[in-house]
Amino acid sequence: MTKLDSKIPEGTIDRKWENYKSHSNLVNPSNRRKLDVIIVGTGLAGGAAAATLGEAGYNVKAFYFQDSPRRAHSIAAQGGINASKNYQNDNDSDYRLFYDTVKGGDYRAREENVYRLAELSGNIIDQCVAQGVPFAREYGGTLANRSFGGAQVSRTFYASGATGQQLLLGAYSSMNRQIKAGKVKSYNRHEMIDVVVVDGKARGIITRDLVTGKIERFGAHAVVIATGGYANVYYLSTNAMACNATAAWKTYKKGAYFANPCFCQIHPTCIPVSGELQSKLTLMSESLRNDGRIWVPKNIEDVKAIREGKLKPTQISEENRDYYLERRYPAFGNLVPRDVASRAAKERCDAGYGVNKTGFAVYLDFQDAINRLGDKTIRERYGNLFDMYENITGDNPYYTPMMIYPASHYSMGGIWVDYETMTTIPGLYAIGEANFSDHGANRLGASSLMQCLCDGYFVLPATISNYLANDIHTGPINTNTPEFEKAEIDANNLIKKLFDIKGTKSVDYFHKKLGLLMWDKVGLSRNEKGLNEAIAEIKTIRENFWKDVKVTGKADQMNNELEKAIRVADFLELAELIAIDALNRNESCGAHFREESQTEENEAKRNDNDYKYVSAWQYTGEGNQPTLHKEELTFNAIELKQRNYK
Amino acid sequence: MDFTLKIWRQENATAKGSQQEYKVKDISSDTSFLEMLDALNQQLVEKGEDVISFDNDCREGVCGTCSLYINGEAHGPKKLVTTCQLYMRSFTDGQTIYIEPFRANAFPVIKDLVVDRSALDRIQQAGGYTSFNTGSAPEANAMPIAKEDAAAAFDAAECIGCGACVATCKNASAMLYVSAKVSQFAYLPQGKVEAAERVLNMVAQMDTEGFGNCTNTGACEVECPKGISIKNIARMNREFMCASLTSE
Ligand SMILES: Cc1cc2nc3c(=O)[nH]c(=O)nc-3n(C[C@H](O)[C@H](O)[C@H](O)COP(=O)(O)OP(=O)(O)OC[C@H]3O[C@@H](n4cnc5c(N)ncnc54)[C@H](O)[C@@H]3O)c2cc1C
Repeated sequence: MTKLDSKIPEGTIDRKWENYKSHSNLVNPSNRRKLDVIIVGTGLAGGAAAATLGEAGYNVKAFYFQDSPRRAHSIAAQGGINASKNYQNDNDSDYRLFYDTVKGGDYRAREENVYRLAELSGNIIDQCVAQGVPFAREYGGTLANRSFGGAQVSRTFYASGATGQQLLLGAYSSMNRQIKAGKVKSYNRHEMIDVVVVDGKARGIITRDLVTGKIERFGAHAVVIATGGYANVYYLSTNAMACNATAAWKTYKKGAYFANPCFCQIHPTCIPVSGELQSKLTLMSESLRNDGRIWVPKNIEDVKAIREGKLKPTQISEENRDYYLERRYPAFGNLVPRDVASRAAKERCDAGYGVNKTGFAVYLDFQDAINRLGDKTIRERYGNLFDMYENITGDNPYYTPMMIYPASHYSMGGIWVDYETMTTIPGLYAIGEANFSDHGANRLGASSLMQCLCDGYFVLPATISNYLANDIHTGPINTNTPEFEKAEIDANNLIKKLFDIKGTKSVDYFHKKLGLLMWDKVGLSRNEKGLNEAIAEIKTIRENFWKDVKVTGKADQMNNELEKAIRVADFLELAELIAIDALNRNESCGAHFREESQTEENEAKRNDNDYKYVSAWQYTGEGNQPTLHKEELTFNAIELKQRNYK
Repeated sequence: MDFTLKIWRQENATAKGSQQEYKVKDISSDTSFLEMLDALNQQLVEKGEDVISFDNDCREGVCGTCSLYINGEAHGPKKLVTTCQLYMRSFTDGQTIYIEPFRANAFPVIKDLVVDRSALDRIQQAGGYTSFNTGSAPEANAMPIAKEDAAAAFDAAECIGCGACVATCKNASAMLYVSAKVSQFAYLPQGKVEAAERVLNMVAQMDTEGFGNCTNTGACEVECPKGISIKNIARMNREFMCASLTSE
């Protein structure tokens, strides 16, 4: 079996990155302009990378499916971004941020990557401030912080409830500067539908122009995948409508390993499902748990009365409320990590205490905070979130508690990468949510923005030269080769095949069916029987899709149905790998809860003896069981413990 | 709820478009406007017809992808929301709803309700940035910024670039959009260094793209889903005047 080489540099953990940078190969500035880099995705990760590589002098081609880079899904991040600046003088440090992240991820992340992330986190904030990102500030003019789940310090930087928007606009502005300088060429409304591998190296991509339908080839010396996560495999999620796994999945089918696919984060605080036509779920930022208290009624009679509309939550007295997170986890209370909060909500609702008509909702209550701090402060902190909530539900959270329920949100799993963020295909990189490396089995709030920008601004630009240094004599990549030709034909055939089915059901029909199944059997809580059933059922849905899907419109024009069909076809394959991985991992860790592996108090029970590894799956052809490669995790800088938030 | 929809259909940029009538039935008032259109598209698929193209993505009101001119108003009748955050409870049962793309010379139609707004990106490329290379930034707290200034910069920076201001303006002016960016930087010390160049270049690009002039009707502010204030336009005019006077 191939041994996965994560290429960890020498030295103590706090010296590794320095060491790496001091010894890696460089490309001198005059050679950089001979080298082309394709970046797929212009969210925080891809946008930051495009800007930085452009500044460095490489020729960057950036692809994305939206009409503008500013619309990548990163824009929707609300709560904030972590950094170990220790501005609040509360004993924060690189080590503590590293420690919290590894612990929050339930010891399934690669230690060295996480340490680097913590080490670089402060620089990210410097960079963003220089770009003009209007972070919240104190009266003295210094930067403000708030706290987030899984931490006991305040290290989260934020811009009201629109942190992702402001950070993305920062990266976008830097990218724009490089577009003007001619160093970044930007391809909007272009969807990557395959990666091209020549002589074992990634040398280009195949795209579909979403306006003209044209299938095109693009060559480069290296290809970077920054295409975000796959939470939409559940159909309903907090992700944008078009977020998809296609780019990542196609690289998997060309030989890149896919790591920890079963680590899917279900976010505890989202607006509950309201109707059948529902197309997405709206997140209410985790930052709300700073001041909001989560509860359900203690007495089942009160629950009934509430559901029948005979009782209002505000009429239930303190002693009749069950602040179940504060009860179960006194040390962290409402700020336990997401996986813990989500399962606790499910536990109460499954026990019959859910507070809306469907029985799948709990309260998030701000009354105490409003009494303590006043309306004005609460409005300052969360105004836009409260407005959004009221607009969607018709309820005003200043007067009545919000109702929330967990929803699919983020994928910790992703393309396997080494310390350099290179995949198992030489010259193919994966950054941001698309890779797997930093969050283990559970991501802490405000850590994704940090990781995306860290990868894009600092890590990738420093590591890619180590590879490109060998390409300075290669010359431009020729796209008139059999490999490009075949990939282009495959893409055209895929589209033709989809149109030719002429079945009876829409793409959404299959996506919804898949989503429900995944939520049910591969969601918050998983067991062997359910997973085996899921694997069989996913296959059936997939087969039916290829027999009975109906794609209308034409191939050579804008066609939203065709776009969806291409994406859903890949979700239908990825879903199976998620279930296979979940079945293989017979332990509970982070977001992955196996019912077979729990403590007497129903807390998740990790099994370090058997599962202290990253599962990296290798594609072995259609219909074949993928091969599992294990990257053993070693923890030298941190002691392995069962997580405890009590 | 039931609705009659009159929707603009146009195959591509060069084809002639026309208004088509559709009906949707049994839509719950808690359904969002775009989910209502999803339901209509499902019907079209069932009938084997091409779906109606409309831009959308985050459906949380922040990505700026969705557009639509609904019954004569950008983003529909409700104030301070984007189309994706518009719910059918804002309409009455049986109502006829007219749905058009955002129209402006600088926004050619791509298909149906989808228009090309890349002119807005090109204006940003002309100067909507500070020139700090990655790695060259000073310590974040080295430069204190008054809380009010940071907040004012944020208010301007909240623009989502949807183009409602342009679609609403009778002159198809992009002044509100451009001024939001200029203002954001004008409030911040980091923006000062390149202030003059920025405003001159962005305004020049705006003119090149074929956006119209501002005649102070204030319609843009009314329709802006993020409530970007026209005070930003005044601020930009000031910046522009200063820059024009000092530049050769
Ligand atoms: C509602 C919400 C709130 C969040 N809040 C926070 C928060 O407060 N703090 C935090 O740290 N994290 C938060 N997150 C998580 C965080 O926002 C994301 O993990 C992160 O922004 C992902 O960035 P990215 O650059 O990896 O990908 P994205 O921003 O998703 O960008 C993906 C890019 O890839 C492109 N793309 C995708 N597929 C293709 C293809 N096939 N061809 C061409 N282009 C393609 C897209 O066009 C886009 O440009 C939140 C997430 C959500 C959903």
